[in-house]
Amino acid sequence: MEHYNMNLTLKVWKQKNSKAGGSFETYQVKNISSEMSFLEMFDVLNEQLITEGKDPIAFDHDCREGICGACSMYIDGRAHGPWTKNTVCQLHMRAFKDGDTIVVEPWRAAAFPVIKDLMVDRGAFDRIMQAGGFISVNTGNAVDANALPIDKKNADTAFDAASCIGCGACVAACKNSSAMLFVSAKVSQLALLPQGQPERESRVLNMVAQMDKEGFGNCTNTYACEAECPKGISVSNIARMNREYLKAGLTTEQ
Amino acid sequence: MGLTGLFLIVFLIVHVGVNSCIFVNDGGETFNKAAHFMSHNWILRIMEIGLFAGLLLHIIQGLILWRQNASARPVKYSVNAANANSKWYSRSMGLLGTLLLFFLVIHVSKFFIDTKIALYADGGAHDASHNLYNAMKEEFQTWWVVVIYVLGVISLFWHLLHGFQSAFQTIGINHKRYTPIIKAIGIGYTIIVCLLFALMPISFYLGWID
Amino acid sequence: MSLDSKVPHGEMDKKWTDYKGHVKLVNPANKRKLEIIVVGTGLAGASAAASLGEMGYKVKAFCFQDSPRRAHSIAAQGGINAAKNYQNDGDSVFRLFYDTVKGGDYRAREANVHRLAEVSAAIIDQCVAQGVPFAREYGGLLSNRSFGGTQVQRTFYAAGQTGQQLLLGAYSALERQVALGNVTMYNRHEMLDIVKIDGKARGIIARDLVNGTLEKHFGHAVLLCTGGYGNVFYLSTNAMGSNVTAAWKAHKQGAFFGNPCFTQIHPTCIPVSGDYQSKLTLMSESLRNDGRIWVPMKKDDNRKAVDIPEAERDYYLERRYPAFGNLVPRDVASRAAKERCDEGYGVGTTKLAVYLDFKDAIVRYGKIEAGKTGNDTADHDSIVKMGKAVVEEKYGNLFEMYEKITGENPYEMPMRIYPAVHYTMGGLWVDYELKTTVDGLYALGEANFSDHGANRLGASALMQGLADGYFVIPYTLGNYLADDIRTASIPTSHPAFEEAEKKVSDRINTLMNIKGKQTVESFHKRLGKIMWDKCGMARNAQGLQEAISEIQALKKEFWSDVKIPGDINEMNPELDKAGRVADFIELGELMCKDALDRNESCGGHFREESQTEDGEAKRDDDHYSFVSAWEFKGESEWQLNKEPLTFEIVKPTQRSYK
Repeated sequence: MEHYNMNLTLKVWKQKNSKAGGSFETYQVKNISSEMSFLEMFDVLNEQLITEGKDPIAFDHDCREGICGACSMYIDGRAHGPWTKNTVCQLHMRAFKDGDTIVVEPWRAAAFPVIKDLMVDRGAFDRIMQAGGFISVNTGNAVDANALPIDKKNADTAFDAASCIGCGACVAACKNSSAMLFVSAKVSQLALLPQGQPERESRVLNMVAQMDKEGFGNCTNTYACEAECPKGISVSNIARMNREYLKAGLTTEQ
Repeated sequence: MGLTGLFLIVFLIVHVGVNSCIFVNDGGETFNKAAHFMSHNWILRIMEIGLFAGLLLHIIQGLILWRQNASARPVKYSVNAANANSKWYSRSMGLLGTLLLFFLVIHVSKFFIDTKIALYADGGAHDASHNLYNAMKEEFQTWWVVVIYVLGVISLFWHLLHGFQSAFQTIGINHKRYTPIIKAIGIGYTIIVCLLFALMPISFYLGWID
Repeated sequence: MSLDSKVPHGEMDKKWTDYKGHVKLVNPANKRKLEIIVVGTGLAGASAAASLGEMGYKVKAFCFQDSPRRAHSIAAQGGINAAKNYQNDGDSVFRLFYDTVKGGDYRAREANVHRLAEVSAAIIDQCVAQGVPFAREYGGLLSNRSFGGTQVQRTFYAAGQTGQQLLLGAYSALERQVALGNVTMYNRHEMLDIVKIDGKARGIIARDLVNGTLEKHFGHAVLLCTGGYGNVFYLSTNAMGSNVTAAWKAHKQGAFFGNPCFTQIHPTCIPVSGDYQSKLTLMSESLRNDGRIWVPMKKDDNRKAVDIPEAERDYYLERRYPAFGNLVPRDVASRAAKERCDEGYGVGTTKLAVYLDFKDAIVRYGKIEAGKTGNDTADHDSIVKMGKAVVEEKYGNLFEMYEKITGENPYEMPMRIYPAVHYTMGGLWVDYELKTTVDGLYALGEANFSDHGANRLGASALMQGLADGYFVIPYTLGNYLADDIRTASIPTSHPAFEEAEKKVSDRINTLMNIKGKQTVESFHKRLGKIMWDKCGMARNAQGLQEAISEIQALKKEFWSDVKIPGDINEMNPELDKAGRVADFIELGELMCKDALDRNESCGGHFREESQTEDGEAKRDDDHYSFVSAWEFKGESEWQLNKEPLTFEIVKPTQRSYK
């Protein structure tokens, strides 16, 4: 792979805190290597800003290997930037060329208020998990792991759903800021496993209720979530959740 | 949304079926028979009420969705490359639906109300002489009426192209084997239904049918 | 101070059962009155907080991330060991225990390791019950793979995302307790000091990272589950936020630091590509199951890997260690790679890389697939195609990650890899009950020193984190709290809290008022370079002495010239980082001191002065069969305390993987 250096113009959302208004700031960065990751380019910019006595840009990031789900930038109109099945931290600068102008915004959703600059509060996801994203088993109550064989196909499908990293790109990319892909991934994972059966109905009802309470929008099946999900989580999970929800709604006695 | 949508999709089959009778090209005899049957069978007349209820529900649901979804993102993106992840018509169901609603108001006032007046207001006396076929033929001699109809059908086309498969997803049907079939049927359905609807005013206007 | 490891008497395989049978209990009514602080919510922290919440204690859990689900345990790829013997290949609790003690190069405490092996099986049961989707065979039963340093298949896995799945399991258990009101979660909070009252840990000072305010929290006991300190090297496979601050504050309050110099350098990471590099990415050890490691036989060979014929490749691990081959333990594999590169056989632009090649594995799997379908006459291309599909199923996500980072396709070209800092075996010294030398202060998971000796075997970190959190602390903590049931909650207006808060606040003010010229990041990079060059894969007395004075100078410079933008009372990631780097600098000095003191090679600690003729690590059991537990005495001043290591069962021998 050919390496090259580039100069770029960045337009980045700056917002002091959740209460303040925000606006775009324009920055120039020079001699960015095509081998850098996008966040390393931001490191370079921040070092430059600090040295110049300016305010660096706050952004969420941690593992930088695409698994923790912390990073969250809307780059040139796409959640996690131009590459598909990718997180910002794994986006590399070879995706851009010399002279490009890159616009970077935070996730936009009423349920994800901006904390500062590009950082948003995704606590809503934790609260949805609290509503039912678990199997109620206390430590020490488990039977032998092989006592309950699980059909490989179901196990694999459950794993695919479970690979969600909770980054919120689905919400960010959805025109309705809907969290259906996130919620359905967890509902699907647990509905597919025998261990998840006892709480199957209450789980889907409670998680969906919490999702609505948090102010996420509704799913209108544009499938933007699947297209932008870094882990490629399928919208078939949303269909499964719809099914689970209808079934539970019809049969529940509450 | 999905259930009412599917209901309306079924209705469209009936509607397009009856309308297609004009293509028999027998001066509207078959069509008028079918239309007469449709408006005089009491089961169908009860279902008619259901149809309006379904349509109304579909519209109300759409409005609720529109309001909730608009408030779910108070600050919009300044740059949004939505075409990279979804189809424009999937994102524009509200707009397409609104266009369809405008069209329906015109459509219903043109044909449906007249038919009803003919049926009820004159105590049925006028009904026998009411010739829907001739009314259509007359209407579609004006170019701008034809244009409005064709535009309405185009809105319907995009609305259905998303709506058909989307309805199945909403009621929880997404299957590795069957979903591609559903999608294919959806595309076929959309093309056939819209083509037939669009051909009607065009055929009258251009005098393809007599 | 004498160190009492409190290892129970009796037969090795009865100790834990005996302990559990006689340990003091806290009755349910009293549990409700007892408050526990858990700092860190990775595998150890989340599992501990959830389990203690389930038992009825009032738990407060803290993490600096925006959600417990982001703790760096999530990045563990390969798997988790357990002595289940599902593969019927002769595995047992004893073998897991034996392998771990041997793998740790006889610097771990036997009783702790045995307990770890004993509870390992229950961890898998627990996780499966939580809905963790481990890999399965077609019959629906759990699948296993093999890992470095062992000769059985005991590693459970979920593709290359085992840590993620285990953490999400523990996280869901934790969130369930939050919903039930048993655990209160404090996200985006960083612990900045321990509060001690009458010699016992009674709470913490935490900073709300969103608005910068300091908070005082009381707890009858404090559990530190804050992970390792690999980021002292600047470049490591740790997350950007991983830090030593909580452990270091505890250390300065009297908790001894055990074996700080024991660092694991992981052999298979993506090599450094430039100065801007912010972190290193691990390629799971599981790749060594199928990948073959080699360098060209000729020095400075600049041909493309695929152009180098088979006869001119040196599969140096298979050559040097025929018994274990590419599956030697991590320390051995790392040193062997360094040796080849130092000798001038390295590849890539920096010449600091070796090849990890899947060509043979692809063909091997392709032939098996062809055989399955009865297609004996398949041509080479279709065999390769089928083989690639198998490799993709096994390691697809890793290959994808490699391609994203390097822009090269590892199915066609061998991967380039090089060792990188990955894990720290050292940590806060704890006794058998996981209690530090401060009463009421516990350390779990990577934050403690106990189970891995001088080298951790692959797939053992997840096992240890969960063992500590699910199955050890629920028993051992009760033993302490049973005597504490009469202690009422201490209001945080207590002078000890006020004093601790003032100390923390003063330090933050001092940092902010330096207003120097150099960025926090630049200091961190310089520290990392000193550590990697002189306290990295190979260490010698001279280098370590130099490092100590360089670090002391760096510390002075830091405290007089660091530049931190922004304000205290706002979200200020640079300020957060400054506090962490300041602690890393102090830790770096201690690590070098420890490495200098330990004039032997063992596990990941390689002293050039102590090696065999063919360059293998040479242990010195006569002089160094002890745990170094460092006691903080004042600035740059430590006292060494030794916990002698006695081996009742696994008699130390020179480790050989030949």
